[in-house]
Amino acid sequence: MNWLTDPLLSHGFFRHGLAAGLLGGALCGLVGVFVVLKRMSYIGHGLSHAIFGGAAVAYVLNANFYLGAGAWGFLSALLINGVARRRKIGADAAIGVVTTASFAIGVWLISSVHRFTVNLEAALFGNILGVTLEQIYVLIGVLVVIAAIIFLRYRQLLFATFDPEAADAYGVNVRRSETVLALMLAATIVATMQALGVTLIAATIVVPAVIARLLTDSFARMLVWSTTIGAVAGVVGMYVSYYWNPPPGAAIVLILAGVFALVYLGTAITGRRRLRVLDAETHTDVAGPAVLEH
Amino acid sequence: MHHPVLELHDVSYTYGDGIVLRDVDLSVREGGFYGIVGPSGAGKTTLLRLMEGSLRPGSGTVDRGPDGRSQPRLGVVPQLESIDWTFPITVEEVVLLGLTSDGRRLPWATRAMRARAGEVLERLGIAELARRHIRNLSGGQQQRTFVARALVRKPDLLLLDEPTSGVDVATRHDILHLLHDLNHEGIAIVLTTHDLNAVAAHLPNLVCVNGRIVAQGTPEDVLTTGILRELYGADMVVVNRDGMILIGDTIGATVEPHPREGHPVGTPDAHFGPVAPHDHASGSDHRHDVEARP
Repeated sequence: MNWLTDPLLSHGFFRHGLAAGLLGGALCGLVGVFVVLKRMSYIGHGLSHAIFGGAAVAYVLNANFYLGAGAWGFLSALLINGVARRRKIGADAAIGVVTTASFAIGVWLISSVHRFTVNLEAALFGNILGVTLEQIYVLIGVLVVIAAIIFLRYRQLLFATFDPEAADAYGVNVRRSETVLALMLAATIVATMQALGVTLIAATIVVPAVIARLLTDSFARMLVWSTTIGAVAGVVGMYVSYYWNPPPGAAIVLILAGVFALVYLGTAITGRRRLRVLDAETHTDVAGPAVLEH
Repeated sequence: MHHPVLELHDVSYTYGDGIVLRDVDLSVREGGFYGIVGPSGAGKTTLLRLMEGSLRPGSGTVDRGPDGRSQPRLGVVPQLESIDWTFPITVEEVVLLGLTSDGRRLPWATRAMRARAGEVLERLGIAELARRHIRNLSGGQQQRTFVARALVRKPDLLLLDEPTSGVDVATRHDILHLLHDLNHEGIAIVLTTHDLNAVAAHLPNLVCVNGRIVAQGTPEDVLTTGILRELYGADMVVVNRDGMILIGDTIGATVEPHPREGHPVGTPDAHFGPVAPHDHASGSDHRHDVEARP
């Protein structure tokens, strides 16, 4: 098992990177379930670009990254949430407007100050091997807080995600739940941005949840699967990067993509078998909205 | 004397620049059974959402529990078309969502909650489907699942949006019988429907909506050619035979040149079964509205 322990024992940067991969992967996987089920995969992609603007402002003003990017991220999330509620503008268009404008601010600021070129690259593509202990503590803190919120507000979040039209009438504050979800997503992106990079965060948020959805028909199990897949991909990606030299962020995303392809093929084969059994069991007495189409 | 459980006073609602509903005054009485009818875009679903509380009126008030009475417990059954049938959730989990606002913090259901859900599923004849994913149900079973979610919280008032849309004749009968049974147990029911013949004509009270309340009363009171013309902007024939009301388009409305062949397409008999409207011209029933025909 030397191949497993050698990099851990010999390199401090690998230990930090491994912790960041594990925690960041788990965090993205957990929050990604809501993003995927609310069909807002694009929001993860967009918000990470928006937060890049905040990160750039923080760099230029020499302010704390988490303060700058965090405040910018929360503001962007609330803005997207608010604009998306206007029925005339779809959520995707709202995200497009807010996030590209914010990203453009970041690009403009950073390109005008040449000494930030290295930071720009790290922010865009991630620098998981340069993760500091402080960043790991932030990842732990954000993961614990978000897991606690999901645990304590599980039923409200489930109802607001599944059937927001009716949830209000059943005593669930849908607007508050949606704001909480947007803020959780912003916090996830801010916490993982320096490790995974703007361009790869969206994949680590979306892909574990999509794989989990293929594996289970239960919301609770999907949360567990998605968190686990994200964490495992983070760890495996670090080892792949150590031994075969691809950038760690790219390795994590490619592993997730490979697992997705395998699970997709596997469930397509077993799904057809299950479908035949269910077809025999189900009373197809009506042409319902979606009966056995999968 | 049945007390009102919900009252709307002078309620108006606008989406953007368009007024959807204006000056609505409506009283829903304890144990009453009401159907809201009107053309597409008339504001039926908006009216239902104002009753639920998921929309707030632009002006006027929605009084739940008027005259100082306690707020009625609402059970809301959405249009099946609005549900994401790929969402990872089972029948039992959907039903348990009805108990979300019971103040319990922990994510899992207690034994008592599961027992209550089991009772309701048993009552609706779908107990054996409790563990099944909602996608793998027939249309009637899907509708019953959402009725069960409403019933599990022991509602005083059940609000259903198009409960019979997209289902076949047998399922429609099944759903209407279920609703009549629940109404006999004392639950007030309000539903929206497009189906004048198979649903609206059999309900005790109708509310005709087209941007405002055009008329309200029993089917005998409101299903007249004059009110239907005002409601739908088209001439319709109303036949009352042995207490059964049947409504159809006028011959003039249906006998039109075929777009391709130029042949007339006129099948008014199909609307009335064995008795054609013109055969009733000399009948004794004054609601035999041959005068509505051109």
